[in-house]
Amino acid sequence: MAGIPHDHYEPKSNGEKWLNARLPIVGLLYDTLMLPTPKNLNWMWIWGIVLTFTLVLQIATGVVLVMHYTPHVDMAFNSVEHIMRDVNGGHMIRYFHTNGASLFFVAVYAHMFRSLYYGSYKAPREVTWIIGMLMYLMMMGTAFMGYVLPWGQMSFHGTAVITGLFGAIPFIGESIQTWLLGASAVGQPALNRFFSLHYLLPFVLLGLTIVHIWAFHTTGNNNPTGVEVRRTSKEDAAKDTLPFWPYFVIKDLFALAVILAIFMAVVGFMPNYLGHPDNYIPANPLATPSHIVPEWYFLPFYAILRAFTADVWVVQLVNFISFGIIDAKFFGVLAMFGAIAVMALAPWLDTSSVRSARYRPMLKWWFALLVVDFIVLMWVGAMPTTGIYPYISLIAATYWFGYFLVILPLLGVIEKPLTPPATIEDDFNAHYAPTADGKAAAAPAE
Amino acid sequence: MFRKLTFTAAAVLAMTAVQVSAAEIETEIEDFAFSFEGPFGSFDQMQLQRGLQVYTEICASCHGLELVAFRTLHQEGGPALPEDQMRAYAEFYEVFDQSLLGGEGDFRTATPADKFPGSALSNAPDLSLMAKARAGFHGPAGTGISQFVNGMGGAEYIASLLAGYAEEPECALEGEPMDGYYNVAFAPGGFPESCIDEHGHRMVPGSWIGMPQPLYGDDVEYADGHSTELDHVSQDVSAFLMWTAEPKMMARKQAGLTGVIFLTLLSVLLYLTNKRIWAPHKKKH
Repeated sequence: MAGIPHDHYEPKSNGEKWLNARLPIVGLLYDTLMLPTPKNLNWMWIWGIVLTFTLVLQIATGVVLVMHYTPHVDMAFNSVEHIMRDVNGGHMIRYFHTNGASLFFVAVYAHMFRSLYYGSYKAPREVTWIIGMLMYLMMMGTAFMGYVLPWGQMSFHGTAVITGLFGAIPFIGESIQTWLLGASAVGQPALNRFFSLHYLLPFVLLGLTIVHIWAFHTTGNNNPTGVEVRRTSKEDAAKDTLPFWPYFVIKDLFALAVILAIFMAVVGFMPNYLGHPDNYIPANPLATPSHIVPEWYFLPFYAILRAFTADVWVVQLVNFISFGIIDAKFFGVLAMFGAIAVMALAPWLDTSSVRSARYRPMLKWWFALLVVDFIVLMWVGAMPTTGIYPYISLIAATYWFGYFLVILPLLGVIEKPLTPPATIEDDFNAHYAPTADGKAAAAPAE
Repeated sequence: MFRKLTFTAAAVLAMTAVQVSAAEIETEIEDFAFSFEGPFGSFDQMQLQRGLQVYTEICASCHGLELVAFRTLHQEGGPALPEDQMRAYAEFYEVFDQSLLGGEGDFRTATPADKFPGSALSNAPDLSLMAKARAGFHGPAGTGISQFVNGMGGAEYIASLLAGYAEEPECALEGEPMDGYYNVAFAPGGFPESCIDEHGHRMVPGSWIGMPQPLYGDDVEYADGHSTELDHVSQDVSAFLMWTAEPKMMARKQAGLTGVIFLTLLSVLLYLTNKRIWAPHKKKH
């Protein structure tokens, strides 16, 4: 296996040799667990474990929920209440599952912004980044379809709104929408297929998780300095790294326990805080809720969707150039998916030679603004489309695209980056005294 | 830097997490101090029993509780009626049983395994989940922070609504007579043009609700001698409806507390383990 030089598994006993000759599974596990990991990783490198754990939690609770759930428009709502009232521990399992979705997105956003700050997406980790983006899209699809299953008011009317987005595609939109729903409107066929896919996609996600880990185990972890682990020899590599087990496993488990304590408090004390009261009303096609809002984790992209209204000049221009094919609604849909697409293209849009924003004095501030921008989008996505809110969402949506399409390419040319430490060891020793065989401490990096 | 950003993000996330209602219609929702609020709050068993009485004597003539089984009245963490009382209460109801008369179906006396009947009136919503299907607070300024502190306020909403009937405001008397009844806590109902000023703002809170005023005070007589003022009776029935919406609340909070304590302990142990294994590599200057 390519990667950072380190000791590999050597079967010792006859039994191990026998198995290893037939299936080198112990060696695979050994190499995975003993992966040399940059020893200067900070606390933003814990989200991968949190995400993996959450995926397993969602699958485990989900499998139990399915045992008691009925995917039928007349029975789905009551079967969820059956879980809440009659199934042993059902109320806890369901609240774990619904709030687990929120935990998932908290973790994935932290994970993504960590990558954006420390340049983890840059070469040679583009494939890891792209797979991550696919996983993020799949998560959003899974979460959306899961929200439909309780068949409450928000489930029903949210589905109508979101699948209606596909209806905005010119010429073929309506056919796509009908194909997605299995009918011309939201109903039994939609519930059935969403149920099926909601069960299937997490396992695809699990598969992609393995590929995601495989990819970054090949390139090695990025780290806060963005400096690569020395691969010149096993000894050099050992100065920059420590094995994943036990150093990072225990560290990650500690962080996971803290996060789960908070998660447990949310589930135990305020399990409906992140939900919407309207979803405790059974779906009624004839009564539309006064204000349809997606779950909080969709709000930033929902805000971008709504930002580009017909009175924005760019929309009018595009509308004119495309002979009216791209109207405001379709433009909004393109913008929403485009917002994720430009993020996926970050490895090729970022022209800087330095990876980590720690050594990029200008990017640091633009990045901080991007985080603020994301939060503003999340807030404005829940606001009505009247008054000052459309202007705020337009400005915030524009900055989102501006960051990826203008700032990232441009800063690589005009920014004067600081000099990162020569090695990870130097960075580590700047914070901690050198070990017995180490060099003297270098000047602090920050 | 990342740490600062994370804190900011968390703070703002808490604010945006609960979505606000679009048109800000002003309503008067009072923040009653219910016994079940907060991580350690629990249902007041006597209050739930009083609420059950109010529900039975007044609400049940129009509304239903079709998700609630009679047997649960006996369960811990609820009204916890003694078993014989719960059985006697169930027998008070008749339910339709499809299996009787060779599949034709007939009415029979309810058993503990049966559920409360549904609503008697088609326009009276079922009340099983009402306390979770409504939110009492959005403030301040639509941020939802108050919900973080005070809970979603479904029970507050119901109590405020029941006690929120008021004289029709003067502006309403100028225009066409309104259908329904003026209520200061009800948002989605009809509203007279004559109460909207030239800027399009509503001059009075609330709106007109279809349900006539159900409680006036002294509507029931409590065996425990508790006050039967309008505010008290409304709160009692609201607490009962909070229980019908979330019958496992007490068990949930108990599990939550156990979980938080256990995980905190685990965190401490893992923290110490982590510190120890890293110690040889992290000698301070």
